[in-house]
Amino acid sequence: MSWMVWTVPTAIFFSSIAAMLAGMTVWEIMSPTIERKGFLPIATTRGDRLFIGLLFAAFIHLGVIGFTSLSIWIALAVSAVWLLVLMRWG
Amino acid sequence: MNNKIPNNRAWLLVLPMLVLVAFSAIIPLMTVVNYSVQDVLGPNARFFTGTEWFQSMLNDDALQAAFLRQISFSLIILAIQIPLGIGIALIMPKRGWQASAVLILITLPLLIPWNVVGSIWQIFTRGDIGLMGWGLRELGIEYNITRNAGDAWVTIILMDVWHWTPLVAMLCYSGLRSIPEAYYQAARIDRASKWAVFRYIQLPKLTNVLVIAVLLRFMHSFMIYAEPFVLTGGGPGSATTFLSQSLTTMAVGQQDLGPSAAFSLIYFLVILLVSWVFYTTIMNMQKDKPPHGGA
Repeated sequence: MSWMVWTVPTAIFFSSIAAMLAGMTVWEIMSPTIERKGFLPIATTRGDRLFIGLLFAAFIHLGVIGFTSLSIWIALAVSAVWLLVLMRWG
Repeated sequence: MNNKIPNNRAWLLVLPMLVLVAFSAIIPLMTVVNYSVQDVLGPNARFFTGTEWFQSMLNDDALQAAFLRQISFSLIILAIQIPLGIGIALIMPKRGWQASAVLILITLPLLIPWNVVGSIWQIFTRGDIGLMGWGLRELGIEYNITRNAGDAWVTIILMDVWHWTPLVAMLCYSGLRSIPEAYYQAARIDRASKWAVFRYIQLPKLTNVLVIAVLLRFMHSFMIYAEPFVLTGGGPGSATTFLSQSLTTMAVGQQDLGPSAAFSLIYFLVILLVSWVFYTTIMNMQKDKPPHGGA
């Protein structure tokens, strides 16, 4: 595995993604998702909202890193709030 | 909503494919992520750089210019190829030997490898021995793709239209062939005009193939490499240097693995975003409308 040049932050990142996917699977088995319409212009399932949330979180991070001098932790906090809002009301 | 009991066990059949994709895509992509946050000098000499590469890539003037060029290129060729492809599919013969002959003729450009297409057009546009270059010069038109950026752009777009419109035309042709004759009979009874038939029967029935055509053409054109590389080498200057060529120069030419990893991730996220937006928009346009006879 040394050729993959792992670092602690990237390992934490991929573990969280894997944990999210596993969590979503368990949640789906416990109570299957129902497609519904929230504040997004389209009807979405739970998995759709997670995908949209993560994709936009990536761009939030890129925006903060590239075009502001704010700390990356602010981007992470904003993304986490955004993901929760989207999962609940999106 | 249907009342069927969901059985997800069929998903297990996808497992072998998932393992393959893990080896060919997911694990390499994770490695790219790892590279993007470090300066790797050798097996035992690497330094954590955090977000530094991302910051410098996002603020690189040459890359920003290449990105804008790439977007304009993709939009221009989509705006030309999609309507042209639909048009060609509409006038293609429907049956008999003519249908087969036209299909074969139209497919020919698709069989030619990318770098060969580049070479063909490189020779075709030369002023001394190329038919097009020589012809334009004899007509008194100044045309030189190695000196004039406008000429280079027109030629690359012409080349891409020549190479890839057949794909759009073939997809649309197969979409048109799958419309039952009863729709046309009903339209004739209603005395529908040709435009009405196109607007309310053919175009709605083509939506699915058009989604595939737009997605394929967007992704292809957004990753275009060999054709402009062979034709113009990215020149004159950097007038036709697209994203993949900038990336190759950085990753293979200069061996800057960290910056190019960061850059490829940004590139990947943009493609993912645009493809998702295209797909969702077109699929939802279809969903909102009341179904036309079980479409």
